[in-house]
Amino acid sequence: MKIAIASGKGGTGKTTIATNLACSIARMGETVQYLDCDVEEPNGHIFLKPNIEETQNVTIGVPEVDTELCNGCGKCGQLCQYSAIICLKDTVMTFEQLCHSCGGCMAVCPQAAIKEKQRRIGIAEFGRADEIYFGAGKLDIGTIQSPALIKHVKQKAINNDTVIIDVPPGTSCPVIEAVKGSDLVLLVTEPTPFGLNDLELAVEMVRELKLAFAVAINRCDIGDDRVVRYCQEQDIKILLEIPNDRLVAEVYSQGIKIIDALPGYEEKFLQLYQKINAMVAVK
Amino acid sequence: MKELVVISGKGGTGKTSIVAAFAALAKSAVLADCDVDAADLHLVLEPKVKQTNDFSGGKQASIISEKCIGCGKCQDMCRFDAINLNGQPNDIVDKTFTIDPVSCEGCKVCVEFCPVDAIEFNDSINGQWFISDTRFGPMVHAKLGIAEENSGKLVTLIRKEAKRIAGEEKKDLIIVDGSPGIGCPVIASITGADLVLVVTEPTLSGKHDLDRVSQLTANFGIETLICVNKADINPQITGQISEDAQQRGLKVIGKISYDEAFTKAQIIKASVVEYTGGAVTEQIKALWKQVTYALG
Repeated sequence: MKIAIASGKGGTGKTTIATNLACSIARMGETVQYLDCDVEEPNGHIFLKPNIEETQNVTIGVPEVDTELCNGCGKCGQLCQYSAIICLKDTVMTFEQLCHSCGGCMAVCPQAAIKEKQRRIGIAEFGRADEIYFGAGKLDIGTIQSPALIKHVKQKAINNDTVIIDVPPGTSCPVIEAVKGSDLVLLVTEPTPFGLNDLELAVEMVRELKLAFAVAINRCDIGDDRVVRYCQEQDIKILLEIPNDRLVAEVYSQGIKIIDALPGYEEKFLQLYQKINAMVAVK
Repeated sequence: MKELVVISGKGGTGKTSIVAAFAALAKSAVLADCDVDAADLHLVLEPKVKQTNDFSGGKQASIISEKCIGCGKCQDMCRFDAINLNGQPNDIVDKTFTIDPVSCEGCKVCVEFCPVDAIEFNDSINGQWFISDTRFGPMVHAKLGIAEENSGKLVTLIRKEAKRIAGEEKKDLIIVDGSPGIGCPVIASITGADLVLVVTEPTLSGKHDLDRVSQLTANFGIETLICVNKADINPQITGQISEDAQQRGLKVIGKISYDEAFTKAQIIKASVVEYTGGAVTEQIKALWKQVTYALG
């Protein structure tokens, strides 16, 4: 079962819920994997403190032009939709950082002058955090191919076991890549106008992708009741509510999991897991 | 004309609340919401939309099912797993291919190589963008379509429009609300800007993400200042952030206390400085003074 922990708005508590949930499941004796797909700003390692056993360079294929073979016909530049290869006055220029690795230029070149070389976009790390199988992607600074790195990290998902995916904030391409194929998406929000607005966007997104989803409300006693009312009107299940507590904020700031610092939370996360299981079983 | 971009690395540190407060303090800046994935600034500034435009960030392929011969060339060549054999039957085959618009990256490879020209390639509408008036001045903002891409292109477009308006209306400042992360929309929002303010929080996550986002702004050679929001949640980490910044030649120019006024202001659609005259307002005013000083 794949559970994606997502949110429209950033900073609502995705990583808190993902890491505490993974750890609670592991302590129960079940096999669980945590995959940090927030590759731009991965924070799961701060809370899980994994032993990294394997680090991989993640690359994408980008064009390399053999200028001897190139006859300057310009077909590659005409096809490329990303301005990653441009033909100017018989000279071909490539802009690797813009390349989406579609392979079009290579396929269209009548001279077979374009080969694919590998360009690093980031690293993927795998290891163990106590009983949790840990995986994370870390995008190189200045690189834009987050979805390709997320895809790589997700390929390491252990089938038939519980996989918790920590999703980046927002609703666009990296998020879609991260939630794709999930059995359930848990949308984490907070009961504020910003939280509600971004929850609505996230709900529209998961509905478009036809994924099962539910909501978790963090700092549930700040703000107003509009998020709860919205969920009721839309018939969306609220599976978890975490009250606003300065202690929670303080342990979070130090990179400590709530289940290790405050009583009752492990139970709360196990209940969340049961509710998720029940929802997925019905589906 | 100067352009200030507010970003954060980590989400939820208070970017938008601080941008709204700056809008109130600046009085006559042009505002640009470049967090197109999850735009929130409009919830506080209540823009009156004057002009709505469609945004097309690229093109999208679609298979004309009557023409498809089911050869599968498109599926073989698509690197984004966007093509499925699940379409309507036609006179030629029992099943035709279709393109999943969510997975399609608009690379045109399938269009180019389809042997029977059965694939169309049309502009895709990825969202809408708006020019509006707010109580603090003109605002350019957008709504990216559901599950759409090209947010970087939309960010570039919004900044260009904000600049045009600032030029026409002789405004000397543009304030840009950026998005979390370090990826495509963030790069699009900082490229060529005059000043970046990173709003962070004193948590290990906030510190870690600040580190990555300030490497990004350094790579682009953009002057970068730091503000620690909720500074009293962990004074020790707040101190470490200041020390780390100093070592890198960066400066923490403001600290703002944790205050429920941020949430309360949001609920009544006010900026924090309009909502309260309390300590946080004084801290934000002091921060704004530092920012305007840095802008020259």
